[in-house]
Amino acid sequence: MTVDAIIIGSGPGGATVADVLTAAGWTVAIIEKGRNHLLDPHDLSRPSFDYSNDEIKFLSRHFLGPDPLIEPRTFRTHEGDGDHSHVGEVNSVPSTVGGGGTHADGKVPRLMPDDFRLLSVLGPQPDAEVADWPIGYDDLEPYYARVERAIGVAGTEGANPFAAPRSGPFPMPSGAPMFGAILSSAAAERLGYHPYPAPTAANSVVYDGRPACNNCGFCAYFGCPIHAKGDPIAMLARAMASGRAELVTETFVSRIRTEGNRATGVDLVGPDGATRTMAADHVVVAAGAIETPRLLLLSGLDHPLLGRFLMTHFQTIVAGSMPFRTYAERGRAVTHVHDDMIVGDDDTRKAAAEAGLPWLRGGMVEHSGAGLPIMEAKHVPWGTNHPRLMADSAIRKRLWAFIMQGEDLPYAGNRVDLDPTVRDARGFPVARITYRPGRHELAASAHYGPRLRAILEEMGSQWAVISSSPGTGNASSPAAIPESRHNMGTVRMGTDPATSVVDPAGRLHQFENVIVADSSVFVTSSGYGPTLTLAALAARAADLML
Amino acid sequence: MPAWLTDDEYRTLTAACERLIPPRDGTAPGAAAAGVPDYIDGLLGAFTVDPPRIWARGPTSGRHGGSPAFAQFHELTALDELAWRTRIEGSCGLPEREFNGPVIGLQERYRDGLAALGPDFGRLSGREQDDRLRDHPDFTDLLYGHACEGMYGAPEYGGNRGGAGWRAIDFEGDVQPRGWTDAEVSNP
Repeated sequence: MTVDAIIIGSGPGGATVADVLTAAGWTVAIIEKGRNHLLDPHDLSRPSFDYSNDEIKFLSRHFLGPDPLIEPRTFRTHEGDGDHSHVGEVNSVPSTVGGGGTHADGKVPRLMPDDFRLLSVLGPQPDAEVADWPIGYDDLEPYYARVERAIGVAGTEGANPFAAPRSGPFPMPSGAPMFGAILSSAAAERLGYHPYPAPTAANSVVYDGRPACNNCGFCAYFGCPIHAKGDPIAMLARAMASGRAELVTETFVSRIRTEGNRATGVDLVGPDGATRTMAADHVVVAAGAIETPRLLLLSGLDHPLLGRFLMTHFQTIVAGSMPFRTYAERGRAVTHVHDDMIVGDDDTRKAAAEAGLPWLRGGMVEHSGAGLPIMEAKHVPWGTNHPRLMADSAIRKRLWAFIMQGEDLPYAGNRVDLDPTVRDARGFPVARITYRPGRHELAASAHYGPRLRAILEEMGSQWAVISSSPGTGNASSPAAIPESRHNMGTVRMGTDPATSVVDPAGRLHQFENVIVADSSVFVTSSGYGPTLTLAALAARAADLML
Repeated sequence: MPAWLTDDEYRTLTAACERLIPPRDGTAPGAAAAGVPDYIDGLLGAFTVDPPRIWARGPTSGRHGGSPAFAQFHELTALDELAWRTRIEGSCGLPEREFNGPVIGLQERYRDGLAALGPDFGRLSGREQDDRLRDHPDFTDLLYGHACEGMYGAPEYGGNRGGAGWRAIDFEGDVQPRGWTDAEVSNP
């Protein structure tokens, strides 16, 4: 049997494509290498209830996958490190039905118009391959609006003075603001910043048959036990309800088959280890910005730039301990953000000049705490003082923090390729990540870190520390591995086959029926989380397939 | 009776856990009374029961409403079992577990680590126990990470007996399906 499209990956990109194509009458097969904990196995148009408020299950035991023993990745900061300096988990997003949408805490901002034309607006950067996207904000705005409705996004129109123009309101009003965020927002405003309720894919009201969020606090890194979170469940459930989608789980796509300049199907390795072939008129690759280039490389669909320009967001993390409880264990993990450090000001321009760079861009700053006890305990020393420190709880009860998702520029040396020696349990070469921040990322972080600390001090912090992910110390330390989970850019989009891998519709230049529908196609990273933009791009790519 | 450890090993483990996370001024139990050794022994012996005690089911424990679903555990797929048997038992020279080389499992690390702490560990003074633990930093790091999970994780995994670990730190634990009201979030 030949389906109209094979969709590889069931995260926000693949789910969006499945929804659009099945609504148009296409038949699709959604191939997911992980398990299904999202949809009821007896009726895939309905939710399952495997998720829970269980820190052991989700943070210690790889429930959402991938298990690094079975599917390791390798890492090095640059070629001088040798084949690799680390084997194991490297900035993984879940390998499960729903993909990265299942563990995300649901902040889903749009990019700004200037994010699509960074080279034109700001100009080049030394060592980086800054470029304009081949499409603009206006091209994507209708798709942003569509996926906001599909996912279910809560927000407050007009609250962010830097926001991109919208064609309509948010589907839902913002949810309850966290206590700590109310205080940190007030402190930020007193210092001249402009915090606002984060556009969040967590229901503030009953939406699309799913309940309102009940603020349990187990949001980031957890699946939502009540399906109030806007993971891809809505799109997947609708696709399955159409009767035109097949969901194939625990199945790895090992190769895209091609004849001439067209794909004909894929090779699959099933849960029993047996290999089979599935034929299709189109192949949509939506496996994320690390697994997507890995599959294209395994398939021999090479291009000189395939895998290059990996961007992850350079996170500046500023944490302070307050003389009062911040109640970070209650609510949607992050309810407020500010964009001032994307826009910049005269001080930013001065800092750029002092760093010898033409410009600096930070990122969206998330206001958050840390409410999990095992996480806290592992940061507290063992011994006599442990019980008192845990009860006093400088982290879980009283910490407040900012995480800036700093714009990460595209450098050709930051890349994904195939590791020469390490294999997964199925016997295939794993992805090797070569990554280190450039001068821009380090300078932007050094500039904005103290400014974020000043906000925490205004909020009342007794102490505050500045760190980053990745860390900037020993290259062989695990801290050198980024942990943002925001992987982008490895299958760059553009009009020129010499400088890009896919065209503006997401099609591989050399193979017109192979479409990439995830954050791999990003040209630049912006300072915003990638989920809504990748879903909007996926919706657009699917529309252009019809 | 321990699920996997010998009685002697279990006694050494109990003493070591209690030193890492001691009781607090008679107001909160230490790791031993909270069941942390059972959490660790349960992990090492996860495959002595079916399904293995790796992932508790959801969505609720029953502590704040809903059904006590945490008491049941997920079935593992073949790949899940390969991962967790390799992690716990080690690769044991089996080709299907050694696709990237030999793996030393938790069972071997615990057996060797507890032996290194010594059969007399429980009879040492607190200072001597600390010195012994510091003499074996890799094992102590492993043990402490698991002790934290057993002290402050869901009780269904064998530790945090009766929620004692959570009570000691004023943590509500898994709050579904009750959650928190908007007022409790914004104006606690």
